[in-house]
Amino acid sequence: MALELGTTRRAGQAKASHRKATGGPAVEITHLRKSYGPLVAVADVSFSVAEGEIFGILGPNGAGKTTTVECAIGLRTADAGTIRLMGLDPHADRDEMHQIVGVQLQASAQPDKLRVSEIIHMYRSFYPDPADVSELIEVLGLAGKQRDYYRSLSGGQRQRLSVALALIGRPKIAVLDEMTTGLDPRARRDAWDLIEKVRDRGVTILLVTHFMDEAERLCDRVALIDNGHVVALDSPASLAAQARGAKTVRFVPSAPFDDQLLTRLPEVTQVEQHGRHVIVSGTGQLVTTVILALGAAGVTALDVELDSSNLEDAFVRLTSSPSIAEGRTGTEGAAR
Amino acid sequence: MSSLSSPALSSPAPSSPAPSSPAPSLPAPRRLRATAFGNIVRNEARLAWRRPVGLIGGVALPVILLVVFGEVPSFDKASASFGGLTAFDVYVPILLVLGLSFLALMGLPMALVSNRQLGILRRLSTTPVPPSWLLAAQFLVQLCVAVAIVLIVLVTSITAFGASAPKSIGGLALAALLAITGLFALGLVVAAAAKTATSASVIGRLTVFPLMFFAGLWLPRELMPQVLQDISNYTPLGAAVQALQDAMQQGFPPVAPLLVLAAYTVVFALVAGRLFQWE
Repeated sequence: MALELGTTRRAGQAKASHRKATGGPAVEITHLRKSYGPLVAVADVSFSVAEGEIFGILGPNGAGKTTTVECAIGLRTADAGTIRLMGLDPHADRDEMHQIVGVQLQASAQPDKLRVSEIIHMYRSFYPDPADVSELIEVLGLAGKQRDYYRSLSGGQRQRLSVALALIGRPKIAVLDEMTTGLDPRARRDAWDLIEKVRDRGVTILLVTHFMDEAERLCDRVALIDNGHVVALDSPASLAAQARGAKTVRFVPSAPFDDQLLTRLPEVTQVEQHGRHVIVSGTGQLVTTVILALGAAGVTALDVELDSSNLEDAFVRLTSSPSIAEGRTGTEGAAR
Repeated sequence: MSSLSSPALSSPAPSSPAPSSPAPSLPAPRRLRATAFGNIVRNEARLAWRRPVGLIGGVALPVILLVVFGEVPSFDKASASFGGLTAFDVYVPILLVLGLSFLALMGLPMALVSNRQLGILRRLSTTPVPPSWLLAAQFLVQLCVAVAIVLIVLVTSITAFGASAPKSIGGLALAALLAITGLFALGLVVAAAAKTATSASVIGRLTVFPLMFFAGLWLPRELMPQVLQDISNYTPLGAAVQALQDAMQQGFPPVAPLLVLAAYTVVFALVAGRLFQWE
């Protein structure tokens, strides 16, 4: 998983930096501030997203994620700060901005008694150079559903229709807010595949999520937002690494050995015995070093397990509200 | 409709191309915008047909009552208490107003509120199309239904039940138009006051029934005590019935009920504009 993730990420970054060389950033937000009366939803948020990047906005409920995105797409007016989408201001240049930005809003539905094709064709007619309907429907797995009423669609199908509407205008930037909330595991994975396909067409994706696995799997970089501030901004893997510098190797030795054998290695910081198990903490190429050292002493390490920290650890460590890390679903109620 | 505005979701201001933008697309050409509006209207018309609250209350109910009243034997005898008119003649404008009220106070608000409740106005404000277009499209569709109600009720009553033809077509058209605008403006107030489609239907019902009393649904205005008649003259539905009835039976209606309807149109439209929430 970790290796796979690394490759994807590097490929994404290479692509992103290549594009960046040809134009400015797709999204640039500097010192955004927005409060609702006395409640400061966004205190100071800045980040910049390169073209072709999948950029995640992560954070606990009420952290200011949705408000940030709503300001970015012109649904709300920021109190301070600047927002540029492909160089356009969401308010001053709203006509052009709406043509290049496709949006999937959290909690937005369609009338029960409209058919899928009727909804899609209506939204399609809003854009000067729209996408091909049959292709989009095929990619989104909505083929054969065109004649169905919105009412009869499953949660996953509604979500995919919502994504289809975000992409129907061939946007340069797609903003997806809590895209997979409420989907079953199968539908979530399908949605992830879809996002990667969309990015491969050169669309920049701004993804608001509170699912760690989703951010880890999809995002080139994530901004971790808490209490209206960006508390961390990096690739998911780097954030995870920052969360805990140390790795832990756990194994059962084939024969007893002296701790000194391992503690004298520069990579090893600590060696503990727990019953049959030995737990070695350290950094760098810990597994290889430990196994080679044991091997030289004629000891074999059995049942080796490597425990490396992940994005979820980073999230819990960096934000004030850990409840979200359990993958609990919820709304941004507090921010509204 | 132009009085409905909000800072975050208002119609797009004239745009200026950003200097740093690589190749800003031109604002959508007029034909594209016309097609988009046409598609919104088409979907709203489909919804009006498929969720027929407005159609059942506005068209079916008055036509059914028309048929029932047309079959009551005593209803086609001229009566002194109705100033020489038949009871059926008296009920035609009342049923017309009944249909328009159900449409304006229940069909229209429920359609408007459900779109807001579903987040469709919000969703539209992230597209090149301003969300006010959806309201305009709904208004247009309901307006067409209102005109259809007027035509259907009049044609049915005259052709099938021998009601007398209107004395002043122009006066009737003006009275009907002002009745529609006044009632629709009141419907917008209901839509603005209601949070959900369910509460819109409750508020609409609570508004429609007392007002229908003053329109003479239970007791025709001619039979009301003078006090009630005076009150009725100043209620939107009472003024509407008065104006329509005069146009049908006497000639061009007097100015008073027309002014009352015009005043309600303006006041209710302003109140609705004040109260309306886009989210």
